[in-house]
Amino acid sequence: MRSFLDDAARRLRANSGALSAMLVIAAMILLALIGPWLNPNHGETLDWLHVAMRPAAQGAHWFGTDRLGRDLYVRTLEGARVSLAVGLVASAVSLLVGIGYGAVAGYLGGRTDHVMMRIIEILSGLPLVFFVIFLTVIFGRSEYLLFLSIGAVGWLTMARIVRGQTLSIRQREYIEAAVASGASSRRIIVKHVIPNLIGPVVVYATLTVPQIIMFESFLSFLGLGIQEPHASLGTLIAEGAGEMEAAPWMLLIPGGFLALLLLCLNIFGDGLRDALDAKER
Amino acid sequence: MLRYFLTRLAGAVPTLFVIVTIAFFLIRAAPGGPFDQEQTLPPEILANLENAYGLDQPIWIQYARYLRAAAHGDFGPSFKYKDFSVTELIAQGFPVTFELGSLALALALLLGIPIGTFAALHQNGGADYAAMSLAVVGIAIPPFVVLPFLGLVFGIYLHWLPVAGWEPGSWRHLALPVAALMLPPLSVIARLVRASMIEVLKSPFIRTAVAKGLPLRSVIWRHALRPALLPVAGFIAPAVASIMTGSLVVESIAGLPGIGRYMVQGALNRDYTLVMGMVIIYSTILIAMGLLVDILYVWLDPRVRLEQ
Repeated sequence: MRSFLDDAARRLRANSGALSAMLVIAAMILLALIGPWLNPNHGETLDWLHVAMRPAAQGAHWFGTDRLGRDLYVRTLEGARVSLAVGLVASAVSLLVGIGYGAVAGYLGGRTDHVMMRIIEILSGLPLVFFVIFLTVIFGRSEYLLFLSIGAVGWLTMARIVRGQTLSIRQREYIEAAVASGASSRRIIVKHVIPNLIGPVVVYATLTVPQIIMFESFLSFLGLGIQEPHASLGTLIAEGAGEMEAAPWMLLIPGGFLALLLLCLNIFGDGLRDALDAKER
Repeated sequence: MLRYFLTRLAGAVPTLFVIVTIAFFLIRAAPGGPFDQEQTLPPEILANLENAYGLDQPIWIQYARYLRAAAHGDFGPSFKYKDFSVTELIAQGFPVTFELGSLALALALLLGIPIGTFAALHQNGGADYAAMSLAVVGIAIPPFVVLPFLGLVFGIYLHWLPVAGWEPGSWRHLALPVAALMLPPLSVIARLVRASMIEVLKSPFIRTAVAKGLPLRSVIWRHALRPALLPVAGFIAPAVASIMTGSLVVESIAGLPGIGRYMVQGALNRDYTLVMGMVIIYSTILIAMGLLVDILYVWLDPRVRLEQ
């Protein structure tokens, strides 16, 4: 007899689009990690002999340089590192908050659940982007707090999904058995409820990462995220958009990298969801 | 119906109040103030300025004053744009932002619904795959990447449309920003309609309609479309929020004189009144959208019973 996970894995393997997306993501992460070392240039060194140069082998500027003569190949990959790191860390934050909140609300139920869900309802009615803008203004230039403030707004949907799952898990026999054997609510949530949430949580988390990367780029584009001389893909795109008439590669290279990354993450996330949720087909 | 609407309207007031309160204290918590400059002002002048704007009062008095003025429709003077009140600034820019946003939303609905329906009718066919692949692209790639790309292709290489700038009443200046802004909601709407249309087409009342011998066109128009649009109604409020967020960057890339820039600039300049004015405007729109959606639900699905 095949298990549920075997079935899901088989469906995922049959989905060639999702598989190729996964390979592309792996390649892009690898490139972001080791790529900068393959080039003699540094991301923050100014090469005054080659300012705003189009992609060429000269000076090993494979993707050209920006206005200040900084190498775009290295800067794009280092920016991608930052974007990926923010995406992962902020997703992890929103994941932890969302799982904790949702599992507690769903397991305790009753009035607690009602109040907790009401809070989520109110929060998701707010224009959250404003509050992130405020938070970034308050926290100023700290990149770690940027991670936190992005993650802090990303957990609402996760909490809803987790609560819904928890409501159904609560009815299972093993929970009843745990209650009967005298386990505390806290222990049941941590030991029995959360481990059984993994499926939907993984799916939603893979779809959260691109959203958060997109959001970080958006903030950096507005000048509220990563600050000079550091770069993320968002700041590079903002710079490139200002120069696109004279130097289109300054837009196309970071923009293309971000677009491809987000596209593959979305395709992979969709494929994973379809594989785990047979009803969707 | 009217009674329900009025109770919801009354419920919106405390929501707005909570938003305004959080925003007021958050922006005040940010380090720095509206009169920070390269050169520090002499203390006497700073004191005079703070006195003139009421910033020397305790914060809760400022808060009470602001609430009272805002309730009367007076958003106060801008701190950075001297000689302008926040109301004037918003009144100047809002028509542009509104035109941009409402066009993007309208086109997203007008294109997304037929595309989704078409894809559902050709489920797992070539057209379906093509439409859904495009939808993934539309969802994945944000407007601030799409718009410069469009500008590069249609503005700089093909010379069809202006890359940036604004002339009142000129559709050519709006074409690219609207296109970039509508793409994400359009893609989501097409996906939602496809999924719900596939479900609806399986239901018994559709089978009955087909069995009666109705042509497919009228089955879709008269029977399937309305229930299939339910998830779209639920998506309208998030769509408006995403268009608002997108317009912050789209306006700045395309050089449109809307109000999008005031949000970020206002926050960076600590232009307290301007930021608060923006928060109030945007929240009011979002809350109004929520109300509209509730009414749409009742129209789309008569089974929905309004509580209270």
